[in-house]
Amino acid sequence: MLRFIVRRLLVTIPTILIVITITWGLIKLAPGSFYSGEKRLPPAIEKSIREKYGLDKPWYTQYGKMMWSIVRHGDFGTSLRFEGQSVNTIIRRSLPVSAAIGIIAYLLALIVGITAGSIAALKQNSRWDYGSMTLAMLGISVPNFVLGPILVLVFSLTLYWLPPSRWGGFPSRNLILPIITLSAIYMAYIARLARAGMLEVLRSDYIRTARAKGLSEKDVVIKHALRGGLMPVVSYTGPALAFLLTGTVVVERIFALPGLGNYFIQASLNRDEPLIIGIVAFIAITLLLMNLVVDIAYAYLDPRVRY
Amino acid sequence: MTPGPDLIHATPETAITEGEFVHGTSLWRDAWRRLLKNKLAVFGLIVVAFITIASLIGPTVIKRATGFTPDYIPTNDTRLIKSFPPFTGPDGQFTWTHPMGTDNAGRDQLARVLQGGQISLFVGIISTFVSLLIGVSYGAIAGYVGGRVDNIMMRIVDILYSLPYVIVVIVLLSMFRSQTARGQLILLFIALGSVSWLTMARIVRGQVLSLKNQEFVLAAKATGVSTPRIIFRHLVPNTLGPVIVYATLTIPQIMLTEAFLSFLGFGVQAPLASWGSLASDGIQNIAIFPWQLIFPGVTMALTLFSLNFLGDGLRDALDPQMRTT
Repeated sequence: MLRFIVRRLLVTIPTILIVITITWGLIKLAPGSFYSGEKRLPPAIEKSIREKYGLDKPWYTQYGKMMWSIVRHGDFGTSLRFEGQSVNTIIRRSLPVSAAIGIIAYLLALIVGITAGSIAALKQNSRWDYGSMTLAMLGISVPNFVLGPILVLVFSLTLYWLPPSRWGGFPSRNLILPIITLSAIYMAYIARLARAGMLEVLRSDYIRTARAKGLSEKDVVIKHALRGGLMPVVSYTGPALAFLLTGTVVVERIFALPGLGNYFIQASLNRDEPLIIGIVAFIAITLLLMNLVVDIAYAYLDPRVRY
Repeated sequence: MTPGPDLIHATPETAITEGEFVHGTSLWRDAWRRLLKNKLAVFGLIVVAFITIASLIGPTVIKRATGFTPDYIPTNDTRLIKSFPPFTGPDGQFTWTHPMGTDNAGRDQLARVLQGGQISLFVGIISTFVSLLIGVSYGAIAGYVGGRVDNIMMRIVDILYSLPYVIVVIVLLSMFRSQTARGQLILLFIALGSVSWLTMARIVRGQVLSLKNQEFVLAAKATGVSTPRIIFRHLVPNTLGPVIVYATLTIPQIMLTEAFLSFLGFGVQAPLASWGSLASDGIQNIAIFPWQLIFPGVTMALTLFSLNFLGDGLRDALDPQMRTT
C-alpha cells in the first residue's frame, strides 16, 4: 500500500509540472499579451513594467525563473491585473468560497443520490424507480446555467424567499440556491450509479447467502449490499471532483460569488498570466491528490482490489 | 500509416450492414426491434429527429411565413423596449408571429433558437466525430499492438483522465481567441474533440483486445494483410456496436460542454449563436424578460434529455448484457 502511494506521488509531481508547462506554453504561444488590451500604455511605461515583472527576458529565462519559484517556494508570482496581490493570496482568499459550496454540494449529492438510487434499486420497476430515474435523467440533461437562473426566477424574483446572488459569508441563506444548482447533476449521476451498482449486488450470491441465513432485510441492505453496491459511486468521485470544479465556475458566475472559478474566468479574459497558471496548477494538484485518496479508499472498501 | 483515410474508407462497411438490416442478419435487426420496444428511447428518437429537422428547415420556414430571419432587426420600431413576451406583438395583442417572443433587439426568438440549434447540434456532431477519429484509432492501435506500447499509451490516457481538461480548454480558447466567428468554431471543434476521446479509446481498446485473437484476424494475417489494414478494415468495423452507443452518449456531453463554454463567453461568438450563448444573453435580463433564457434553455435541456434516453436505449438494444441502468 505504501509503495503504491509513493509510486503514485512520483507520477503526480511530474504531471503537475507538465500541466503548468502546457498552460504556460499556451499562454506564451498565443498572440498578444496582457498589455495588448484596450487600454494601451505609453511604450516607456510598458517597458518598465515588463522589466519589473521580468517579461523582457528571453522565454527560457522566464520559464526557468517561474518554475524555480514554484518548485522552490510554492510561489506563483504577482497578479498582473490585481496589482500588488500575490497569486497565492488571491487563491487563499477565494478558495474557502469555492470549497464551501463545492463540498456541501457534493455531500448533498451523495446523501440524496445514494438514497434515491438505493430505493430505486430495491423497488425495481416500481413507481419509485421510474420516478427517481426520470428525475435523474432530467438532472443530467438540464444544464446548470439553465437550472440556476430558473431557480432564481422562482425562489428569488417571484416568491421572494431567498436572495438571488452575492456572497453573504458562511453559512448564509445566499448559499442555498448555488448549492442546489451545483449539486443537481451529481445527485442525478450518483443516483444512477448507485441504482446500477445496487441492482448488480442484490443479484449476487453473497446477498442470497445473507438472506438465506435469515438476516433482516435492513441488515442485508445496510451491512452487505450498500458496501458493494456503492463501489461505482466511489470510483465516480474522482471524475466528479473534476466536473465539480468546472461546475463551480458557472455557479460562481451566475451567483456572483468571489470564488476560485470566478477569478479564473476573469484571469483568462484579462490574460493575467501568473494568476491563470496559479489557479490551473492549484486545481491540478487538488484533483490529482483527490484521485489518490479515492484510489486508497477504493482499496480499503473493496478487499478484492490490491495494488 | 494513415489512419484517417482508412477509417473514412471503413464507413461504407457500415452502409453494408444497413443493407443486411433488411435481409435480416440477426444483430442489427434484433437491436432495432429491441430499440422500438423501449418507449423512452423511441420518445428520444422522435424528439431528436423533430428538433434536428426543425433546426434545419425552421429558419427558412419562418422567413417565408413571417419575414423574420434570425438576425433581422425591425427598423421601423422606435420603441425603447423591443423584447415582447411569447405570442405578443408590439401592440401587446395576441399574434402568431413570435411564438417565443423577441429578444432585446426585437429579433424573432424562435428563429434564433432554431438557428442556435443548428450550431449546437453541428458542434456536438462534428466534435464527436473528431473524438471518434482520435479515440478509435488510438484505442485500436494500443489494443492490437499490445505489450509495452499498449502499456505506455494507456498510462497516458490514465494521466490525461485526471487532468482538469475543461480548465485547459478555457485557457486554450481564451488565449487563441479567433477574430472570426468561423475560426472560433473550428477551434471549438478541435478543443472539444481532442479532450473527449479518452473513454472512446478505452472502450475500443477493450473490444480490440477481445477480438484480436479470433480466427478472422489470424486468417487476415495468414493471407498477408498489412497491420494497419487489419486494424482499420477488420477490427474497427467489429467494434461498431459499442462505438455507436458511446458516440450517441458523447454528443449530449459535448453539447453540454459547448454550451458551458459559450455561456462563459469562450465558445461560439456573435454573429453565430448557440443555445449556450443565447442562454448567456438571456440571463442578463432574467428578471424582466425571462423568456429570453427559458426558451433556448428548455429547448437544449429537452434535446439533451432525448439524446440521453436514445443513447441508453441504444445501449440496451445493442448490448443487452451491458444493461445496468
